[in-house]
Amino acid sequence: MRYEAPTSIKEASSLMARAKGSAFLLAGGTDLLVRMKSDMIEPDLVVDIKRIASTQSITKSASGFKIGASVPCVALGRNKELSKAWPGVVEAANLIGSDQIQGRCTIAGNLCNASPAADSVPALVAARAKAVVVGPQGRRTVPVEKVATGPGTTSLKKGEIVESITLSKPSGKSGDAYLRFIPRTEMDIAVCSAGVNLTLGARGVVKTARVALGAVAATVVLVPAAARALVGSKLDDATLEKVAAACEAACAPIDDKRGTVEFRTEVAGVLARRAAKIAYQRAGGK
Amino acid sequence: MTPDPKYTKQKFKLVGTRPLRPDGLDKVTGRARYGADISAPGQLVGAILRSPHAHAKIIKIDTSKAEKLKGVKAIITSADLPDLTNGDRGMLDILENCMARGRALYDGHAVAAVAAIDAATAKKALQLIKVQYKKLPHVTDVDEAMADDAPLVQPHVRTRGGDSDKPSNIVSISTFGHGDVEAGFAKADVIIEKSFKTEQTHQGYIEPHACLASVGPDGQGELWVTTQGHFVFRNTCAALLGMEIAKLKVTSSEIGGGFGGKTHVWIEPVALALSRKANRPVKLVMSREDVFRASGPTSSTSVDVKIGAKKNGKITAAKATLRYHDGAFPGIWGMLGAMTSFACYNLENVQSIGYDVLVNRPKVAAYRAPSAPMAAFGIESVVDMLAAEIGMDAVDFRIKNAAKKGTRASYGPTYGPIGIGPTLEAVKNHPHMRAKLGKNQGRGMACGFWFNFGGQTCTDLNIGVDGTVNLAVGTVDVGGARASLSLIAAEELGIPYEQVKCNVADTTSLGHNDMTEGSRGTFSSGMATIFAARNAVEELKVRAARTWEIDVKHVEWADGQATAKGVMHSNLSPLTLTDLAKASPNTGGPIAGHSESVADGAGVSFASHICDIEVDPETGATKVLRYTVVQDAGMAIHPDYVEGQFQGAAAQGIGWALNEEYVYGADGRLQNPGFLDYRIPVCSDLPFIDTEILEIPNPNHPYGIRGVGETSIVPPLAAIGNAVSNAIGVRMDHVPMSPPRILKAIKEAAAAEQEVSAG
Amino acid sequence: MAGVHVSTTINGDAVEFVCPGNETLLDVLRDRIGLTGSKEGCGTGDCGACSVTVDGQLVCSCLVLGAEVEGRKVETVEGLADGDKLHPLQSKFIEHAALQCGVCTPGFLIAAKALLDYNPKPSEEEIRYALAGNLCRCTGYDKIVRAVDAAAKEMSRVAKRK
Repeated sequence: MRYEAPTSIKEASSLMARAKGSAFLLAGGTDLLVRMKSDMIEPDLVVDIKRIASTQSITKSASGFKIGASVPCVALGRNKELSKAWPGVVEAANLIGSDQIQGRCTIAGNLCNASPAADSVPALVAARAKAVVVGPQGRRTVPVEKVATGPGTTSLKKGEIVESITLSKPSGKSGDAYLRFIPRTEMDIAVCSAGVNLTLGARGVVKTARVALGAVAATVVLVPAAARALVGSKLDDATLEKVAAACEAACAPIDDKRGTVEFRTEVAGVLARRAAKIAYQRAGGK
Repeated sequence: MTPDPKYTKQKFKLVGTRPLRPDGLDKVTGRARYGADISAPGQLVGAILRSPHAHAKIIKIDTSKAEKLKGVKAIITSADLPDLTNGDRGMLDILENCMARGRALYDGHAVAAVAAIDAATAKKALQLIKVQYKKLPHVTDVDEAMADDAPLVQPHVRTRGGDSDKPSNIVSISTFGHGDVEAGFAKADVIIEKSFKTEQTHQGYIEPHACLASVGPDGQGELWVTTQGHFVFRNTCAALLGMEIAKLKVTSSEIGGGFGGKTHVWIEPVALALSRKANRPVKLVMSREDVFRASGPTSSTSVDVKIGAKKNGKITAAKATLRYHDGAFPGIWGMLGAMTSFACYNLENVQSIGYDVLVNRPKVAAYRAPSAPMAAFGIESVVDMLAAEIGMDAVDFRIKNAAKKGTRASYGPTYGPIGIGPTLEAVKNHPHMRAKLGKNQGRGMACGFWFNFGGQTCTDLNIGVDGTVNLAVGTVDVGGARASLSLIAAEELGIPYEQVKCNVADTTSLGHNDMTEGSRGTFSSGMATIFAARNAVEELKVRAARTWEIDVKHVEWADGQATAKGVMHSNLSPLTLTDLAKASPNTGGPIAGHSESVADGAGVSFASHICDIEVDPETGATKVLRYTVVQDAGMAIHPDYVEGQFQGAAAQGIGWALNEEYVYGADGRLQNPGFLDYRIPVCSDLPFIDTEILEIPNPNHPYGIRGVGETSIVPPLAAIGNAVSNAIGVRMDHVPMSPPRILKAIKEAAAAEQEVSAG
Repeated sequence: MAGVHVSTTINGDAVEFVCPGNETLLDVLRDRIGLTGSKEGCGTGDCGACSVTVDGQLVCSCLVLGAEVEGRKVETVEGLADGDKLHPLQSKFIEHAALQCGVCTPGFLIAAKALLDYNPKPSEEEIRYALAGNLCRCTGYDKIVRAVDAAAKEMSRVAKRK
């Protein structure tokens, strides 16, 4: 297996585009090396992006945040400004695995690995995050929900690499939250999850909302009906019931060793309700 | 000197204190060497090809392509492991489990193995071996396997204790008990009858099986291996490979956890056979996936319990029917479950019937008090239900029916002084019982029993010329026993703890030692150490007598020195152990003490646990709030390590109760062979585990020691079951009580309640 | 197959090795360099027995390629003690009987040190969550948490004196 550690994103993209056999990108390696160990894949080429300067940091600008594709998730939690602006995204990223995993895993890798149960993705989708993609045809920006197309598959073309994930500056009174269900207190893959992002208008009434569910379908599910129920409300019980019901209706999960269809569906609704409440409080709602 | 094992109530100076363990430094610096930590020059890497089918006939194995691969030095199949067992079916089963013979009996069953110059080549070689399988119908559920039309796992098996001569998956039916249960039920005011299921679990030791085998063409060999019993491994491997016992030297590495799972050979005969064929050392390490698929997990079970009692709380009859699977090879797990079933109670009428059943799953091995936790889950749950029905406190109900000295145990023997009553009283008075419970929180308690074992033991105690002592034992140290054994030797000799060094010797240096299992390590090697030390003391007295030129009957030994008794010897200054050791080259040579014995009378051990659980009623998630273990240790040689055994066993039981299970697909394949989806407790899942050590001395051990390692894995399943049931008001009957199962139970109960109030 | 030539620093010593591109750091440490203190419990990042730090960051060495540590600093359990002076975590683990079989201990020591380097006064909950990536099957974690807490307090006392 050939190992390359280019120092520019263009070089990395070119290596991937030209690769003859199976080629994989390496950031944190917490998915890639697991698949290699279990003999699911035998790469001919691995391109390590961690030496590429443009992927190595979290930068804040007037328009928001740019999180480089090599940045390990532990760094997100240690970034005070990002944690204050997007607590839901940060807590989602920080839920992935143990501290050892956190020292390596990246949200870009989490996104591109395209597991239906990825922890950071529902929160990123709810937050309207975008992926900056660099490829042979140049640079493009794509909403994160357009990246994964199914379990393990993405819309990225050969040679395309996510260079960074961007989050806009949160507007006024906004808050986001992410909750996942796991049977232990740590270490498990999410059985189901919910990311909610709210902005409030006057008198604590919800102005905009986004609700995204994880691990209940082949890719993350946006639930517009749940968002519609939240808009114009102050999260009274009836609204929260509607949110839960809309989320349950939007689920299309499978039965597997981690959960049943009925359990995932029911608990997705519970988590959406709870995440909405937390997001509401973070946005300044009572 | 024939050693007398009777308890003598002696006062201790060192035993019962908490000195630092001798192997601690190596283990915190990374110097300690476990099974995979040594290498030999020129060694090859071994790898095993495993069946992807739950049940299949092996039509053909074509190794030709693999043999041509550069770097491959040996390939073996069952053809390289001829049947030398001479009609010993048990040994043949062991051999067949290590390497399939014409049929694959479970997903993960070894079918071929290679030794190559490195791991990458070995992996490639496995890919080049072509196996032609013919898939056969399989069965993985214990109840399904008992049906008349179930696929037969071992066609030669006829049910022992059954009334038919037909081939069957039922290996045996074992019945225990006494009295007349039907008459007893007729007398009862209240009867509770319920069925329970528990899923298969694995010991989950963090260190996978690993060995380094080196066999020469002269029939001599060495094996470095992580094991709970290097002597038994030696005997088994030698027999299977046609080697002479004395010529196979087995050295036990440090062991990274065993809990019963390392009492059987899995890969070792294969490694030896590869080494013999390649004439080079072969290092074979199991992957974590292979450990789950192809070592020895527990049985899954299906249990029916029926207990009847009078209004005053006295049990009049108790019956249990227990179905355990043995995996693909006959075992005794159902029998053991039936034996342990009602052991905590004083019963006039009791019957337990245990079924051992074959399924297409890996061969079941012992897991810490094997078979007892599953039986206890059902029985302790029904005891709680009965107490509730009668309106009696759960602990008081158990106290009223607890076994005591003179009770005829449900499995046969009559108890001497035992700890079940005292542990229950201790639970009743424990501050844990007074902690306040909040919303969605429930408290449960349960008790458990384990036999503990003795067995063959040899130890050697040798005194160096500087007075320091080497204690060679043959029981593998799984959790700190070397410290305890050093304490015992130091106590007997009357010298400081630091003057003794305890080592686990290899098989060429001692006579046979049975495994470290059955909680026998400190009990048996402790007893043997006492006898070896006392032998050494006799020799020390002889040397003192010789030095003083007096009769040895005038010599006393106390506090590490010899003194001459009697007024006529009052001019003689005492001689310390170090003095005598220094002079030993001139008084008769090295001073030593030995013991070869069969330790008997291990002393049954009882435990009672209390557990507080919080349940999230909307998701079924559980949180363990508080956990307390009360257990009778007989005598705690080193209290830190006794506490450690209590806590570790309880933690395993908690994982078993809440999250751990083997998940098999309809295709008979194991779906979760890894620590990601086989979920053992992590640090944040557990609270501090409180422990209380009771000491009701075992009359059959000089210090009163009882085995301690196993008993506390027995109560947690039921303690948690009772706690969850009290928290949500619904009786749980299926372990693990994972969130989906709990949520389902909550919803079904709510739906039933709605029906009742509606209709 | 051409290997990757790596120059790195392990426990303060300059080390060079050649390894296949797909060999993990764990295998390099154990089989090429002979540092067997880091253990393989699972090979997939679920048990933490292989924990090391790379440039001060706690990681599972089974999920790092050997090639990746070019120019980086690797610390393993073998480098914890300062000559013959044990790290307080090592002493406390022995004193508090925080190990039984000991195979998970190297990983715990590295992870606990990483915790205390970042958070010198962790609460019980913080300790438990920081160590959630390290599996122990023998102890039930009770004495491990106590030992880490005791080490934190000891290190804090020593730091105050300085």
